[in-house]
Amino acid sequence: MDNVLARPFARGANWRKLWTFFRRWPVLPVLVFAALVVAAIFAPLLAPSSPTEGNLEFRNEKPMWYPEGSSRFILGTDALGRDVLSRVIYGARISLLIAAIVLGAGAIGGTMLGLVSGYYGGQVDEVAMRFVDLTLAIPFILIALVVVIVLGQSLAIIIALLVIFSWNGFARQVRGETLQLKTMDYVSLARVSGATTSRILFKHILPGVTNTVIVVATLRVGSLILTEATLSFLGVGVPPPTPAWGLMVSDGRQYISTAWWITCFPGVAIFLTVVSMNFLGDWLRDRWDPRLRQQM
Amino acid sequence: MTRFLVRRLIYLVVVILIATVLVFTLSRLSGDPRALFLSEYTSQADWDAWGREMGLDKPYVFQYAIWLGKAVRGDFGVSLRDQTPAFGVIVSRIPATLQLALGAFVFALVTGIPLGVLSAVKRGSAWDYIGRIFALLGQSMPAFWLGIMLILVLAVQLDWFPTGRRGGITHFILPSITLGWGAAAGFVRLIRSSMLEILDSEYIKFARSKGVGGPTIIWKHAFKNAAIAPLTFAGLLLAGLITGAVVTETVFAWPGLGRLGVDAVFNNDFPIMAGVVLIVSVMYVGVNLVVDVAYALIDPRIRYG
Repeated sequence: MDNVLARPFARGANWRKLWTFFRRWPVLPVLVFAALVVAAIFAPLLAPSSPTEGNLEFRNEKPMWYPEGSSRFILGTDALGRDVLSRVIYGARISLLIAAIVLGAGAIGGTMLGLVSGYYGGQVDEVAMRFVDLTLAIPFILIALVVVIVLGQSLAIIIALLVIFSWNGFARQVRGETLQLKTMDYVSLARVSGATTSRILFKHILPGVTNTVIVVATLRVGSLILTEATLSFLGVGVPPPTPAWGLMVSDGRQYISTAWWITCFPGVAIFLTVVSMNFLGDWLRDRWDPRLRQQM
Repeated sequence: MTRFLVRRLIYLVVVILIATVLVFTLSRLSGDPRALFLSEYTSQADWDAWGREMGLDKPYVFQYAIWLGKAVRGDFGVSLRDQTPAFGVIVSRIPATLQLALGAFVFALVTGIPLGVLSAVKRGSAWDYIGRIFALLGQSMPAFWLGIMLILVLAVQLDWFPTGRRGGITHFILPSITLGWGAAAGFVRLIRSSMLEILDSEYIKFARSKGVGGPTIIWKHAFKNAAIAPLTFAGLLLAGLITGAVVTETVFAWPGLGRLGVDAVFNNDFPIMAGVVLIVSVMYVGVNLVVDVAYALIDPRIRYG
């Protein structure tokens, strides 16, 4: 008798448990991110066809769930007969590669500057922070357009441009943290006992700012991938025929009324990547560094 | 306040000067300006004479000064594509961009503020989820893709709106959503978090216990204070909208500054491009200044900080 009564409660409790688990841990974002990394690393094994070689016999083929579609091209083909799915998979490579290089360089450069600026204070700090303001005050996309006109389009230039505009967030946050950490007793003690400045910065202060750096990096991935995609879309990003997501969206634009899948799926890939990274970033921030909430 | 203003103005001038140095350097990197007039009948003497006329025999600093002097007077050179003065072409495109930015800003305010407030006040309810999903979408969708998808569904399939270009009020709706959604997302997130914090504060509890009614508490007591944080953001945002317009204008064939800049890239039209960058930088920095001043007027801590 009590069994019958207890059962719905028990089931409700299980659902609730599952729900709490999903709310507590970023399961879906981690899965999406893992899928992305796998796709990027094993692209040649996963992609059913070549991302750059098209077959003009199969131009604008519909995705497989259409009656006319075939299972050979799961997400259809583009105007040059290239498999959309394969291009999306290879696109993960480009996006992640750029994001990793740019964030790595930006994090290292920005952290160094932030440490020095926060630790020394005074004129050094003033100059460094005005410089940070400056990179925030100049409209980035337009500058990128001009630079690409002059220097031409290449992967290296895009990466360099993105690096120049990605370190400022790190510098600012790390500086703020350093300002607080340097007043700590253990830092004064280290100085009194004769530690060199570089030892204090790297051994005593750097570990204290690592969490912030990781949080800022995660929060930045999303906007970085969006910016890269935007540049590619405008035709000044990664040069074709490299399968970059932004480029694919722009390639499909002129066929939008007849072949929507060329444009839609790369955009979905960008969206899923950015959503999951933003989610992870928020989650990490709330766990590790809730003070950042006001600023980011 | 005067000191604050002066400091900000000096900073503004410095930023713009740096932008001009950048553009000038890039313009010299892009090639010898004489190459434009080069033909098979040009002699070495002509070439040198042009050099003297344009000041190319002088050091770079002088050349920069000459160039800057011209730019200040609105002389950005001649558009390589249609041989008209670049300045006129650029200025004629400004209204379209401003209208678009305004439309997007209105969209962001009209959707972002109510959703942000609702999702804080009714925390954990369906409204809260709607607000948060709305913010998540706006933050994570690439604007160019959103624009194309809106065109595909609402303009091509359903034929409710025009697919692009300027025109009546219906022409504004899709571009404004495309450009404004990201901004709206920012509003929702900021207002939600600052409202949550303030609704939890002592003075709100006091007002409640005193018997102040629901809407008055929310709008008069809480929202007014919660609006300060999003206000700084509103400034950044308006500036961001001006540059974000590049993408939206490209998608919707909107005849504004951004589209002009992108076209100039493909036509290799450097004078236009340089002019667009300078004018947009000035607008961008100018808007930031106005917002900073407004903010300082509201919050004395900024003025003396």
